[in-house]
Order: sequence, then structure tokens, then C-alpha cells
Amino acid sequence: MARSDVQLMLDVKAGDEQSFTLLLHRYRSPLINFLYRMVRNREQAEDLAQEVFIRVYRAREDYVPSAKFTTWLFRIATNLALNSVRDNRYQRMEISLDAPVTVDSEDGDEKTMDVAEKHPNIEQHLVEETRKKMIRHAIDKLPEKQRAAVLLHKYQELDYGEISKILQCSESALKSLLFRAYETLRVELAPLVAQHGKS
Amino acid sequence: MSCGRMENKILGYVDGRLKEGERLEMEKHLSTCAACQLRVNEFRAVNVLLDELPMIEPSAAFDMRMQARVAAEPAKQSWWAWLTPSPRIAFAASMLLLATVWLGMRPTEHPVIAEQDLPVVDSADYDVISSFAPLGDLSQAASDDDDASDSTASQQM
Repeated sequence: MARSDVQLMLDVKAGDEQSFTLLLHRYRSPLINFLYRMVRNREQAEDLAQEVFIRVYRAREDYVPSAKFTTWLFRIATNLALNSVRDNRYQRMEISLDAPVTVDSEDGDEKTMDVAEKHPNIEQHLVEETRKKMIRHAIDKLPEKQRAAVLLHKYQELDYGEISKILQCSESALKSLLFRAYETLRVELAPLVAQHGKS
Repeated sequence: MSCGRMENKILGYVDGRLKEGERLEMEKHLSTCAACQLRVNEFRAVNVLLDELPMIEPSAAFDMRMQARVAAEPAKQSWWAWLTPSPRIAFAASMLLLATVWLGMRPTEHPVIAEQDLPVVDSADYDVISSFAPLGDLSQAASDDDDASDSTASQQM
């Protein structure tokens, strides 16, 4: 039977390094994906994920299972991601004062390789890529805290109690935050939402 | 239930996170409110669209980099660890203690002088007071010495 997160963390506290590796394998993928969707840069997302795990490792001796492990983990991740997004925004503002405006063709999206090989129907592939790009842009346009709330709710499937602890707000404030986020997404994705309604 | 009160519960209804009582109340409202029913359908569509985003996999170097970072972390010692001596210090301290105990257990050995080696002075034959010259004689003898040295000096001159 698989050990719970809390048990693994208590074992790490007792000096069992192998348990830390198990926690790492259990959460590296969800954490990297969450951070990637927050900062929109794979390399930066992995750096931040490493920072999250190192902070967990450093805190092992003082660990007390007072909350769910995922709440603690994603709280560290969210704080780091929000700081990173704000830092990046200031950096971009500084650069834009000096550098000529350039258009980032992919907007940090993953490059697609061998399109013709993988997708015999290129037209269909392009439609799919356009849809994905629209969805990504809609998420990116959300204010950071709303974005974090949507990602934790939708992709990590955390409950309202956990998310409100991570974002340090009340449950009713969180529900309101999520409602506003979904309203924005509904408007931004209106053409796709309409298509979905017809199908 | 008014539409305003519905707002914070629509998403919970869409993902099935509402309690039974809240869900029934919501369905009752939806059966009479087309606007809220439309909103529910649109939120469902948004939810489905969000599922279309692909997941990314950690890079091959992620685990190696992570292991290297963990290995580079200094071993954390608690405050009590300062009180735990290293094996070398423990060994040295034990040896010192043993040496101290051994020295403390040894019988005390004072030097023994054989009685026959000691000079025997018969107190009856030795009168300490009379053995010393009278003080008056001593000063006279000293002045005699001074005179002698003065005469020697004048002869030299």
C-alpha cells in the first residue's frame, strides 16, 4: 500500500532520503505543469519547481503535519510563481523602454515538430493549434491570482478549502474569484464556447 | 434563490462540488431561469475547453539536477548535535578519563629515608646557644676586617 504524503514527509524528517525521492516523483509533473501554466516558460517552470522541492527538503526537520501536504507544496509554488510573474513583468517593462518591439511568434508556446508526419490532416492540426493558442491566451490574460485559482481548481483538482489556504483568502472570496475568472474565460473564448454549444 | 446568490455556486454545480441541498436548490432555480441555465452551459463549455491544453513532461535533466541540488544541501544539525561528540573526541575524552582514574587510584609513594642514613645529633653534646659567638665579638671582628682592608688600600696608594 502506498504511503501517504504526510507519512512520506515524516519519513523524510526521520532521515529517509528515499521517501523524498518518492514525493518528488509523485509531484514533479503536476508541479511543473502548474508552474509552466503560471509563468509560460518551461525552463523557468522547472527552475521554480526545483526551488519548491528544495524548500520542502530544507524544512523537513521542522515539518509538522498540520495541513495537507499538497496545500503546503502548492502554497510555496504559488508564492514563487506569483513573485516570478511580477518580476518578469517588471523586466519586460524595463526592456521595452530600450529595445525595439519584437513579435514573439510562439508566445512561449511549445514548438510543434514534424507536423506533416504526425498530422496527415494539416488543416485539422492547424485548427487544433489555434484553439489551444486561444485557450492559452485566455488563461494568460487572467490576473495572476485568478489564474492561480483556476489552475489549482481545474488542473490540480484541489478543493475550495485547500485553494483558499494556498491563496490566503476566504472560501467565499475564492468562489467569487473563480466566478470572475470563468466569466473572463467565457468572454475570451466566446467563439469556441458557441461552437461547443452547437455541437 | 436569486441570480445574484447563484453566482458563487454555479462553478460548484458545474463540477459537482455542491452539497446535496445546495444542488437541489440550484436545480430548482435553473428550471425557472434561462439566463442562469445558459451560464451553466457556458461554464461547462469553458471547463471542457480547458481540458484541451496538453500536459508537459519534466525534462530528462530535471531529476539529475534535483538530485545534485539535494546532495549539495548541507547536512542540517540540530542544536543538540553540538553536544554529541565525534568518535575521535569521544575516544580522546575516554582515554583522558581513564588516565585520571588510574593516577587517582595509585598509592601515594613518599621517599623513605633509612634511619641509619640520618646524622644522629646528641642534644646533650650540642649546645646551640654556646656554639654561636657573642654579638659583641662579631662586631669587633667586623671592624678589625675593615681596618685591615683600609691599611691594605693605603699601602697600595
